[in-house]
Amino acid sequence: MSEILLQIDGKEVRAREGMTILEAAQGAGISIPTLCHHEKLEPYGACRICTVEVEVRGGTRLVVSCIYPVEKNLIVRTRSEKVDRIRKMILELLLAHAPDSFVLHDLAEEYGADKNRFEKEASFCIHCGLCVRYCAEVKKKNAVGFVDRGTRREINFIPEIASKECNICKECFPLCPTSYLQATFVLTEALAFPSSSSEIL
Amino acid sequence: MARLNSPEELEKFRQELLSKRDPNTPCISVCAGAGCVASGANEVIAAFKAEIEKQGLQADVDTKGTGCPGFCERGPVVVIYPEEICYLQVKPEDVTEIVSQTIKEKKVVDRLVYADTTTGEKATHESDIPFYKNQERNLLGSNIKIDPKSIDDYLAIGGYSALAKVLSRMSGEEVLGEVKKSNLRGRGGGGFPTGRKWEESRNAPDEIKYVIVNADEGDPGAFMDRALLEGNPHSILEGLIIGGYAVGAHEGFIYVRQEYPLAVENVTIAIKQAEAYGLLGKNILGSGFDFTVKVHQGAGAFVCGESSALMTALEGKAGEPRPKYIHTAVKGVWDHPSVLNNVETWANVPLIINKGADWFTQFGTERSKGTKIFSLVGKINNTGLVEVPMGITLKDIIYKIGGGIPGGKRFKAVQTGGPSGGCIPEKLSDLEVGYDELTKAGSMMGSGGMIVLDEDTCMVDVARYFLDFLTDESCGKCVPCREGIRQMLKILTNITKGKGETGDIELLEELAEVAKEAALCALGKSAPNPILSTLKYFRDEYEAHIKEKRCPALSCKELIAYHIDPEKCKACMICLRKCPASAITGGKNKIHIIDQEKCTKCGTCLEACPPRFGAVHKISGEPVPAPIPEDARTIIRKSR
Repeated sequence: MSEILLQIDGKEVRAREGMTILEAAQGAGISIPTLCHHEKLEPYGACRICTVEVEVRGGTRLVVSCIYPVEKNLIVRTRSEKVDRIRKMILELLLAHAPDSFVLHDLAEEYGADKNRFEKEASFCIHCGLCVRYCAEVKKKNAVGFVDRGTRREINFIPEIASKECNICKECFPLCPTSYLQATFVLTEALAFPSSSSEIL
Repeated sequence: MARLNSPEELEKFRQELLSKRDPNTPCISVCAGAGCVASGANEVIAAFKAEIEKQGLQADVDTKGTGCPGFCERGPVVVIYPEEICYLQVKPEDVTEIVSQTIKEKKVVDRLVYADTTTGEKATHESDIPFYKNQERNLLGSNIKIDPKSIDDYLAIGGYSALAKVLSRMSGEEVLGEVKKSNLRGRGGGGFPTGRKWEESRNAPDEIKYVIVNADEGDPGAFMDRALLEGNPHSILEGLIIGGYAVGAHEGFIYVRQEYPLAVENVTIAIKQAEAYGLLGKNILGSGFDFTVKVHQGAGAFVCGESSALMTALEGKAGEPRPKYIHTAVKGVWDHPSVLNNVETWANVPLIINKGADWFTQFGTERSKGTKIFSLVGKINNTGLVEVPMGITLKDIIYKIGGGIPGGKRFKAVQTGGPSGGCIPEKLSDLEVGYDELTKAGSMMGSGGMIVLDEDTCMVDVARYFLDFLTDESCGKCVPCREGIRQMLKILTNITKGKGETGDIELLEELAEVAKEAALCALGKSAPNPILSTLKYFRDEYEAHIKEKRCPALSCKELIAYHIDPEKCKACMICLRKCPASAITGGKNKIHIIDQEKCTKCGTCLEACPPRFGAVHKISGEPVPAPIPEDARTIIRKSR
């Protein structure tokens, strides 16, 4: 693997070919916020909070750093007026659903996001997909998945699989930036396989 | 039927077919496209067949269902050859007369030919009808000449001769060169140069490559790809095989939405026929080139028209866009180079090969070559599919071909490009239709939807409609699209309901920027376009809704009221009887009054009030005048 030299926030950064901007930045101690990223999982590119500005062929472009591969002499800016504006809006949009998420609170402070900007629709899930992807990619169980699409999209446990697999695993619980995942699991358990929960009790 | 093993055998077979077909044999062609079928075309075809048999004319007259000629407004469309007499809105009851008059006596049935809605001028032949006369029908023209379920019909009009030419006399590079020279740009929306896309795939170092037809047409009001795939499936197949040859692919897919059952049926039949003739499969026409095609039915998600989502769906996964910064032409289906082109793009390929890039480039503008099919719908007299050379003005499409706006209403705007496009106002109606011109005007070519809007259309509501569509159709994966659309729709809905607030427009613009800049795929990035383009040209309408609680188009229900002018009301009882909400009080000689509490704003009273009275009208942005005093309501009629 050849080494690639690029510039992030004015700093010369060395990276290996095939790395993403996010990986290169993390390696150089430059922090870029993420919500749907997890090092054990395939890049997903859904939360868009890791959006950064790159200079390509003389023009400026916004890309997501968790996916965009490093290039020779690439110039990256992890903060700019526009980038900050986008991150602030993304946080405000998500805070309408998960107003009490600590992860979102910390970022909201950093970017000056107003958690009351949009009318609350406390569905709690921010659709980062960490649980779904962890279960599919790492555990290879597919006990939790997305249901429906668009604004109706939500996560759900598949009772037939969850009843067998989840009580001994629950590795996805700490990944959830809100408490929605646990709540969904308890609800699914109560509705679909209550006997197993009473056994534990 | 034996396989055709060489271009010569194909040519010989074609000559045999033609020798058996007398061009002077009367032929009754009935459009059997989805639109005409819905208007009863199958019954008409059955009636013709029965009548021909009854008259003992089976040996002398052909009857067939053909592809869609485009004039859906007046379907079912019947064309009688060789005279090319065109009958419109034909019903089974008309069949006996057509057979006895036109087939036997060679007389025209006057009442069934085209008559201009305003001038009443008649046109007997298809080519004389203004709707057709002003088009350039390179692609759609063949539809009415062939039975889409018959490969022999396609061969009879020269079908697969481009494939034979390519396989026997051209290298893949030469084919690519011709397509590049034609400057053909993708007909699905973005307008990416087709030749460049092919070249990227051709140059990609991979043994396995794919070529794909994108027939996941989903824009509201658009049906041009359906008409091509239903009406002339072999032309798409021929284009696809040629594309496969040019890029070095041996496998092709047709991704067609399952909501198009007739297209699925016809293209599946076409593949079987082409396989039987040796035009698909191993060693096509003895050239050594192998190519197979599979049909993949989409499960009804609009987002699957987006290239990476379509490819994910082809792989058997949920159709969601992939966040990749590498073109699918280099890394697509199962990570192999995959050329994805729209139905109409593929349909152009055999024509370019047969007639040459120079022929193709004579149509169109400098940067947009060839013709484009639009589905002209909305507030327009001649609804249907129109194929026009690029560079034609919007005005010419709407007035010369479309026959103008019904009911003498004023033309307000035209929406192009579907949910990713925008609205172009009347003042820009001299705009020449082309990829860059439409984008510059804040809309886009898209796949060719063209929705005409008249003065009664509220532009805020148009934007709301498209955002509502996208709320369902976004895959929901990325935040700027899923959440941005959710909030934008909420704001727009509030505005149309009179709950708009100062700052709403600015917030819409902010949300639009985030979606445009940060969304994952083209659906999300273009989702704000309906808002941005209406804000650009009709900002005053937004402001009227928000500040004055007034809908200038008198369309938003929550912002309008129906009122009966007491000076004009003749107490005729018509509206009173028709009101489904029993909201109108009055009597035989008593001036009618609408009870605003009960009124559901359905508009029945406005339609019912005789035009000579014109007493019912809509008001917006002002209080409803107080009802006149009870004692002033009696009309004292003079005795005659």
